[in-house]
Amino acid sequence: MTVDTLMNFVPITPELFLLVMACTTLLLAAFVRPNSQACYFLSQLSLILTAVLVVHTFFVSDQGMTVTAFHDMFVFDYLAMLLKVTAIVVVFFSLLYSRSYNADRPMSQHEYHVLALLSTLGMMLLISAHGLLTMYLGLELFSLPLYAMVAMRRDSFRSVEAGMKYFVISAVGSGLLLYGFSFLFGVTGSLTLTDIAHHIAGAYASHDALLLIALVFSVAGIAFKLGVVPFQMWVPDVYDGAPTSATLFVAAAPKLAAFALMFRLLTHAMSALQAEWQVLLIVIAVLSMLLGNFSALVQTSIKRLFAYSSIAHMGYMLLGLIAGTSLGYTAALFYVISYAIMTAAGFGVILLMNRQGVDINELDDLKGLSTRSPWLAFIMLLVMFSMAGVPPLLGFIAKVQLLEALVQVHLIWLVVVTLLMSVVGVFYYLRIVQRMYFEEPVTEEKIHYRLDTGVGISLNGLLMLFLGIFPDALYVLATHAISG
Amino acid sequence: MAPLPIPDILFVIASVALITSAVLVVTIRNPVRSVLSLVLCFLFTTILWLLLQAEFLSLVLIFVYIGAVMTLFMFVVMMMHVDKRMLSEKFVSYLPLGVGLLVVFVGLIVYALHHHNFTKAAYVMPHFPANYHNTESLGAVLYTHYVLAFEMASVILLVALLAAISLVFQGRQSGKSQCVDKQIQAKKKDRLVVIDMKSEAP
Repeated sequence: MTVDTLMNFVPITPELFLLVMACTTLLLAAFVRPNSQACYFLSQLSLILTAVLVVHTFFVSDQGMTVTAFHDMFVFDYLAMLLKVTAIVVVFFSLLYSRSYNADRPMSQHEYHVLALLSTLGMMLLISAHGLLTMYLGLELFSLPLYAMVAMRRDSFRSVEAGMKYFVISAVGSGLLLYGFSFLFGVTGSLTLTDIAHHIAGAYASHDALLLIALVFSVAGIAFKLGVVPFQMWVPDVYDGAPTSATLFVAAAPKLAAFALMFRLLTHAMSALQAEWQVLLIVIAVLSMLLGNFSALVQTSIKRLFAYSSIAHMGYMLLGLIAGTSLGYTAALFYVISYAIMTAAGFGVILLMNRQGVDINELDDLKGLSTRSPWLAFIMLLVMFSMAGVPPLLGFIAKVQLLEALVQVHLIWLVVVTLLMSVVGVFYYLRIVQRMYFEEPVTEEKIHYRLDTGVGISLNGLLMLFLGIFPDALYVLATHAISG
Repeated sequence: MAPLPIPDILFVIASVALITSAVLVVTIRNPVRSVLSLVLCFLFTTILWLLLQAEFLSLVLIFVYIGAVMTLFMFVVMMMHVDKRMLSEKFVSYLPLGVGLLVVFVGLIVYALHHHNFTKAAYVMPHFPANYHNTESLGAVLYTHYVLAFEMASVILLVALLAAISLVFQGRQSGKSQCVDKQIQAKKKDRLVVIDMKSEAP
């Protein structure tokens, strides 16, 4: 093996490390008792070390430069670094909150952690994917463990049903994506994004219609994975039926990976088709905001409410891509990161409220949370205000940036629609706050949670407040990531 | 008289048979026959691949897919009891949607292939010399150019294995046999509870 070949493996070190640690955790799982916590601690340790390794590899080994490897199939740039670290941190928090929930229920805990690690590996590879082949394989690698995690509660029929539904619908989504990719490959004759971009920019006019077919099907496939209208129907059922720990996992980190896929495909490979995908995304975004927000109004289940609100939030996120400027892309990146942080905290509070034999799923379960656990109620309040876009929280800054980007490209009507939809959103977020603070609790039972989860959820909640007041650091990171 | 274009004739026969058996896989009512048509599908695919001089791949398709995967699949299908009546009811109710989608997707492919991009001149049959090594060239590409994708696919297989086991594995089964040492160690106080209660008047 020459030095040249070996250099390929430098940017992929974090992924290799995570793969080795996932296999080690799997081996360990075969030797420890079923209720042992060893696999949990090993997974969390591997996640922390992988995050450190990502930062180290990028800044020290690659000296902060964009590096491509494996014949332009893999790219490690600032965007990849930022998204990978965020995804790992979000997964870390997810596993932290899920620990007691999973232990109290008939789920194979060891396998849950190994699957979570492998899914994270898939997300990292997808975030760094720079060719159609690696994109598709990364997508499958991160989704396959999710199906199993959703269906893991064998005692619950709804969990198995949700897993099955997720699996089948995702297969349809993958099929659409592959159909689009096959057209893209047929027209351009290449699998790497760089070549595809060159080809489209050079020979645009002659392949007009075929490229449009490729574009429509690729966007449809990604829309399935992001869960936006018209491919949103799986989201409420999967969020609702899955064990809450798996719901948190599905809801938070995968959105980051799907954003990377969409961003790279649309702005790197198909930037010449910007006018076309802009129209597509406008339709998707407006419909998602409408359907997400109005359906969320009438929900009585917290998980379904979060599901519809996630559809609406992904609609907001697309606004940044629609703007088509680097300001817009930065805003979209900022938004997807803040959404992942907010979702982790929101589901974290719900997970902490669960006890053995009691599954929290109704809005009424939140009644009087402020007397049962004032601190958890406060964190939930922060999440709700942040999702609604109330200053000075993170969600407010994120939304303001999106709107600013839209104003700069003179899409004023879209700004008006977004603002109206945000007002609708405020209603159902405030309804939760009202239940927590102004209604009598159903039970007087205090909520107990472990110290480490308590510290985790506090950090996560206060991070929303801190980044809302001082968004500069995250904003600078996002700007760097987009401008390269 | 010009010599018979044997490769062309083989191609037409194999492709027509391939498409027919592929349609049969979906339309046949009996699941076992459906699997057999799938085997037929693979068989005709190997002929097409042989025409492209991809001998290694076509042999692998016979050995691995027909020989191993489809045999296993056949066992699974035979063990499952599929309600045929329900299948046919669903078939009719979903037919319009299915046909609609089929027309759209096949139409798009036909449009794409009619496009001037895909001329016959651009796609000539490959011809390799006699000393050309199929396996070697495949391996050389797989382990250099596409090594990352290859390894990712292997991790996906690991995930599939792990997911299937974690969903089905019920924990260590002890069976219904007697546990003699526990029986011997049983004490009276483990089994018998004497409750102190008032005697009731008859």
